[in-house]
Amino acid sequence: MSAVSGNLASGGAKTPVKAPVAKSSLWRQSIRRLMRNKLAVSGFVTVVFMILLCFIGPLFSPYSGNHNNLAMMNKPPSAQHWLGTDKLGRDILTRVMLAGRISLTVGFASMVLSVFIGSLLGAIAGYYRGVVDQIIMRIADLLLTIPSLPLLFIAGAMLSAWKVPTDYRMYIVMLMLSVVGWPGLARLVRGEMLSLREREYMQATIVLGLRDRRKLFHHLLPNITPLLIVIATLNIGGSILMESVLSFFGLGVIQPTPTWGNMIDAANNLIDFQERPWLWVPPGLCIFITVIAINIFGDGLRDVLDPKHKR
Amino acid sequence: MASHLLDIEHLSTYFYTEEGTVKAVDDVSLQVRKGETVCIVGESGCGKSITAMSVMGLIQGPSGKVVSGKIDLEGTDLLKLNRNERRVIRGKEIGMIFQEPMSSLNPVLTIGQQIMEPLIEHLRMSKKEARKRAIELIEQVGISRAEQIANSYPHELSGGMLQRIMIAIAISCEPKLLIADEPTTALDVTIQAQILDILRNFREETGMSILLITHDLGVVAEMADYVIVMYSGKVVEEGEVTELFANPRHPYTQGLLKAKPILNQRQDELYSIPGQVPNPLDLTESCYFHDRCEHCLEICKVQAPELQELGTEQKVACWLYEKEATARV
Repeated sequence: MSAVSGNLASGGAKTPVKAPVAKSSLWRQSIRRLMRNKLAVSGFVTVVFMILLCFIGPLFSPYSGNHNNLAMMNKPPSAQHWLGTDKLGRDILTRVMLAGRISLTVGFASMVLSVFIGSLLGAIAGYYRGVVDQIIMRIADLLLTIPSLPLLFIAGAMLSAWKVPTDYRMYIVMLMLSVVGWPGLARLVRGEMLSLREREYMQATIVLGLRDRRKLFHHLLPNITPLLIVIATLNIGGSILMESVLSFFGLGVIQPTPTWGNMIDAANNLIDFQERPWLWVPPGLCIFITVIAINIFGDGLRDVLDPKHKR
Repeated sequence: MASHLLDIEHLSTYFYTEEGTVKAVDDVSLQVRKGETVCIVGESGCGKSITAMSVMGLIQGPSGKVVSGKIDLEGTDLLKLNRNERRVIRGKEIGMIFQEPMSSLNPVLTIGQQIMEPLIEHLRMSKKEARKRAIELIEQVGISRAEQIANSYPHELSGGMLQRIMIAIAISCEPKLLIADEPTTALDVTIQAQILDILRNFREETGMSILLITHDLGVVAEMADYVIVMYSGKVVEEGEVTELFANPRHPYTQGLLKAKPILNQRQDELYSIPGQVPNPLDLTESCYFHDRCEHCLEICKVQAPELQELGTEQKVACWLYEKEATARV
């Protein structure tokens, strides 16, 4: 509440407004409020830490991800191999960090793609309504009615059947995840658009004779940016989880390219599961920590940015 | 007679509701000459805003429709243009100001960005030029610290300032016609005068015409060259402003003028026209004002009067002024 009253005090027309603050006051306020939420900040710090660990960490590692060392198979954590080695003598720590690169990239990229597709189609559907709306939303409904996991399994199995090279699989998995990710988002954006397009200031843009493209992207989309940021953040966590599930079943990104999901695959083997927890606990923890951190941060963002979720 | 900038002929705009057809604008004709201010006056629901919206092409969707008529802007019939041609005219040739400045600006864009939009769209300015022009425009509507205001968001300004910004946006492309739909209704009286001053100055500088829609006769007296009085979707009287104020003919106009408080004159009770605006759904073939009229004749209840010229520059639609009507009674 103090933020609101502060805003009123500085927003009066007759009181002088400090120019640099006026420009970004909305965003600054949000950031200030977010900083007050300790849990969200800790989530953010954790995510940044994981990103730094995965992208910079391997540079300091003496091992490469695919370097086999048959003399050092299945060794428990030691001074040379902090998290031990796997059945081919590869350093687990290095592989976990490299796997993080893939998992985070896939999560982030598929989020960008699904937010892009979802908000574009949702905006078009909500703005134009009529036939366009019907077509887009029925496709979205169709995708929503099919549970996404089986759909992804089928797609993954097709990739395996066609023997798609492992380097490409990462990109195809991104695409697959965004295909199942956009419909929910499109619905949300469409709903917002339906209510926004009837606002008086949108009628004012008609009077100005602006093109539809300008109206959509310059006037309407900025109105839902906070919402999109929140969804996008929460979406990354979901995508990472999805990718892990797929890779765990050998249907996402496959060995030898490491991802957190296909590393936990080791837990499938009873001996590895019981005797060699260093094989699967680190990637599992990474998924757990990253996804939890992203979700906590996303919830904090929502409290700040989305007016409908204010408690 | 000077040439007409805007020539509306027999315009009818209907709304189709479940209960029936609402004739919001019924066979309205009006002309706006170059550099002239025409005021449309009337109570709420008399169709004055719908007339303006019809000109702007804002009547859309399944329920509302411009049924017939012609809206000529310098010889081109706006109703015959396609969507895109119409869009180009909006904002460039015709500007419009709304009643509620607070809700007419996008809350998430800065004032500067919103003034720049039509400049970039219609005058093909670069962002830099548009910004420069936007700041000039803010200064022109009498706001100091223009640079700073351009960077602020609508919620940081007062209603009066926002209405000036709306004017700045509407005149940014120097339109030939400015439609102002109750521009001062939502503002307090001291600001009203300033807003009207700005409009008047612009008219004198650029020679644009203004179609001003209001229910405030004070505003009419101050601004108008020519007045059109509407009632229930029809024009009941029109004329030169001085003539109309001095010599109102239609009983409705007389009532409106009587209902205005006069400064320095104590009145026990302000006059009000008895009754209410008829329900637009069940209008019958009659003068729509007949049940509120003090001078109601028999014919008023069965037949609607035509708009007829009375002397110079004044027209009225009332049986009282039809010779044959008086003869028949």
